[in-house]
Amino acid sequence: MNADLVVDVQGLNKHFGPRHVVKDFSLQVRRGEIFGFLGPNGSGKTTSIRMLCGLLTPDSGSGTCLGHDVIRETASIKREVGYMTQRFSLWEDLTIRENLDFVARMYGMRQRRAVVDRAIDALGLGSRRDQLAGSLSGGWKQRVALASCMLHEPKLLLLDEPTAGVDPKARRDFWEEIHALAATGISVLVSTHYMDEAERCHRLAYIAYGALLTSGTVDEVVAQQGLSTWTVTGSGLPQLQEQLESLDGVADVTQFGNALHVSGVDAAALERDTAPLRANGAQRWERSEPTLEDVFIHLMRDTKDNFQ
Amino acid sequence: MNARRFSWTRWVSIVIKEFIQLKRDRLTFGMIVGIPVIQVLLFGFAINSDPKSLPTALVSLDNGRYTRTIVSALANTGYFRFVREATSMEEADLLIERGQVQFVVTIPAGFERALVRGDRPQLLIEADATDPSATGNALAAVNQALATALAHDLQGVTADLASAPPTVDVRIQRRFNPEGITAFNIVPGLLGVILTMTMVLMTGLAMTRERERGTFENLLATPALPVEVMTGKIVPYILIGLIQVTLALLAARYIFSVPIEGSLLLLYGVVLVFIAANLTLGITFSSIARNQLQAMQMTFFFFLPSILLSGFMFPFRGMPEWAQVIGSVLPLTHFLVLVRGILLKGTSLHELYSSIWPIFAFMGAILLLGLRFYRKTLD
Repeated sequence: MNADLVVDVQGLNKHFGPRHVVKDFSLQVRRGEIFGFLGPNGSGKTTSIRMLCGLLTPDSGSGTCLGHDVIRETASIKREVGYMTQRFSLWEDLTIRENLDFVARMYGMRQRRAVVDRAIDALGLGSRRDQLAGSLSGGWKQRVALASCMLHEPKLLLLDEPTAGVDPKARRDFWEEIHALAATGISVLVSTHYMDEAERCHRLAYIAYGALLTSGTVDEVVAQQGLSTWTVTGSGLPQLQEQLESLDGVADVTQFGNALHVSGVDAAALERDTAPLRANGAQRWERSEPTLEDVFIHLMRDTKDNFQ
Repeated sequence: MNARRFSWTRWVSIVIKEFIQLKRDRLTFGMIVGIPVIQVLLFGFAINSDPKSLPTALVSLDNGRYTRTIVSALANTGYFRFVREATSMEEADLLIERGQVQFVVTIPAGFERALVRGDRPQLLIEADATDPSATGNALAAVNQALATALAHDLQGVTADLASAPPTVDVRIQRRFNPEGITAFNIVPGLLGVILTMTMVLMTGLAMTRERERGTFENLLATPALPVEVMTGKIVPYILIGLIQVTLALLAARYIFSVPIEGSLLLLYGVVLVFIAANLTLGITFSSIARNQLQAMQMTFFFFLPSILLSGFMFPFRGMPEWAQVIGSVLPLTHFLVLVRGILLKGTSLHELYSSIWPIFAFMGAILLLGLRFYRKTLD
């Protein structure tokens, strides 16, 4: 085993009844790395994360998480992993303090009181420690949840869409905290739908309908798809979009604000097929680098059909 | 202004949406259909406030022809079913204490001679009056039945006796509840009813609440073992159950003056077994139910027969055989025998085994069912 890999799993499969939710899932996460986990809703992200932290047993496959076997040593994994669920899962009818205290007890922490006090002070919630967790705002709930899964000083954080429904400021603060944690050597696996968050990750994986489609750094992921993209601005974009979508060389057309991103897998074909439209001069056409979002939309369109 | 007017199309849409959602919730839908159909059939046929064929033991110390007359006269009322012939009063005592018979009819030695001589001999009928409503009608029918039967038998030689006021001096002894106070029966029974209700419901809700709010996942992500979670969540409810029992007992003793004949320690022991059985059921419900509403519905589905078929509200022996079979599956049925036995009759442990093991059996069966479902929900 490579000592530098905190997560190293191969060929994990999970079925729920007749549904094959995760297919031959392999993943490597390095120590101190922030690893982004992307994919459409229902693609098996949550199930994969639950298999990594010992909540679900894979039907087949093998691997380790923090050096512990993901099938046999789930108890040891749970002790060293901090898992933040997608939905706020602290007890809303307990106070912040009671919640943290309970979690600390579950991990059998020594000097529990000191640890909890420190966590509350670090959150800046000293004066609100006796407030019920249910009465917190979305951003605060998420911060308290993060603090609660950091109490037992895990080496790996698994965050399942931690910033869903949180305002941009709170999201930015949250990511600064994640980076600060990663700097101390903690590894983070985080699932998200936000492109700006994906770009903050050291490396990414894209999963769709149970299968891992691509992984690597942001640049690698973009380069792997080999997309060519044109950015179109000007008037009459909705009509143009319709026309473009019928062209063979065009893979995806996506509206970004006042611009259209037109992408194709074959740069020559894209250039050839769009030539008449570029020539009529109604809009401004510019070559551009494909963004991560272009890549993901392309991936999503490509895989949509094989699920049905 | 138009927007503020009652719109039938909007209203109909809401009604339709509600029906669609009802239809999706299979369990609720099942309950809506099941509760009236099953319960009405079940209880309509099963409940009988005028119980007949009550098991009766005979202690006959005089085997003359009049003994046979009396036995058949009592049997012909339909209320008495002679199941045992005890050889001594002591043996009969034990039968009635254990609740195996409802009545003991004792025909004293020299009965026939005294009857023929016109001495108006005594005939002793002891009734287990812990449930006064079970024995009331039977006892009321005794005198008339005996008078008619003996009048027929006494024609001829002893005809003049028959015309006189009662030829037999029927002594009725209402054991365990001489004044026939209904509260003596109801109040101890309530102990069981309250426990069934709160124990099943509270545990059912406690687990589904965690699942519904998503906190269950958090709990599972910690190193906590399932057995720690299960048992840890139960303990507070055991305490609540014991507090409820204590409050109910205090009320029984000091407000209703219910006698406490047996051992309190034994009573609490039996209560713990009963609580355990109900908690097991509650946890199983919570493993099956997807939300709190479903857990609540299942509790009610169990609670109704527990009240109606256990002998709490209507005499158990008044129900037809098949209903008694259903009733004897329910822990409350046996708990009622136990708690009434201990409180009113002062029964001791070794006389109660026959009512304790069915509760354990119920618990074991439910536990197996619950474990099957618990595994499913984890993975």
